[in-house]
Amino acid sequence: MAAIENTFTLDVPSTTQNLALIREFVSRVAEQAGLNETEVGELELAVDEACANVIEHAYGDDKTKQVMVRAIFDEDTLRIHVIDTGKGFDPTQVQEQELKDLIARRKTGGLGMRLIKTLMDEVHYDIEPGKRNELRMVKKLRK
Amino acid sequence: MANPFSIARSSEGGLTVLALEGFLDAHTAPEFEKAIQSEIDGGHLQLIVDCSKLTYISSAGLGVFMGFIEELRERGGDIKICGLSPKVEQVFEILGFHALYDIVGDVPAAVQRFAESPVKQV
Repeated sequence: MAAIENTFTLDVPSTTQNLALIREFVSRVAEQAGLNETEVGELELAVDEACANVIEHAYGDDKTKQVMVRAIFDEDTLRIHVIDTGKGFDPTQVQEQELKDLIARRKTGGLGMRLIKTLMDEVHYDIEPGKRNELRMVKKLRK
Repeated sequence: MANPFSIARSSEGGLTVLALEGFLDAHTAPEFEKAIQSEIDGGHLQLIVDCSKLTYISSAGLGVFMGFIEELRERGGDIKICGLSPKVEQVFEILGFHALYDIVGDVPAAVQRFAESPVKQV
């Protein structure tokens, strides 16, 4: 028998005000998927970082745009897809720099992506600027 | 959510304590930024940030700590951070904040740290 997939989708206007709503959505799905409290917190943060990147960089704070978050889980994994139609900012290409250097240059770039990579088991990015950009993050479910 | 983030300001032996409550993300970080800027403008350069009621932080919130620290230290001030919950502390740890910031248990410990080491040497 094929594994049952549970799919949930949230589609919200691109504003940082909605980050709390996105975190709430992701937390509820993660709880249903069986993640423990720590893992739920990690997932919440990774998705917040991904969506904040979209809102601020891909869409340049244009509130008329939409950010879509899709959560899919089966027995083995919880996958989160963050989808936008913005200018295709590729967060995986942001170079990791030492915190000390960032502070010295008064920059904070790349911290969000560093968190995402640390907190998630897999991170993929499909980019078609202006059409469809999709950041896919995978969290493996412990048996 | 009526009040997602708030900052309570007080003084402790000549030091400024900013007690954060709620969540600090890309939406609420500008408010925190404004609060620190206003302390600097008022000549208050020794800041204690009490995070004991902070339930959530993302990199946008951490960016605020990073944005002011050089200026503060150049002028003889510093930010001492205290009261981190395990969830919030994990984020500071992943990004290596412990090497660059004084992070202590509570406000009295932060006051003590200012007495011992007004500016963290990194």
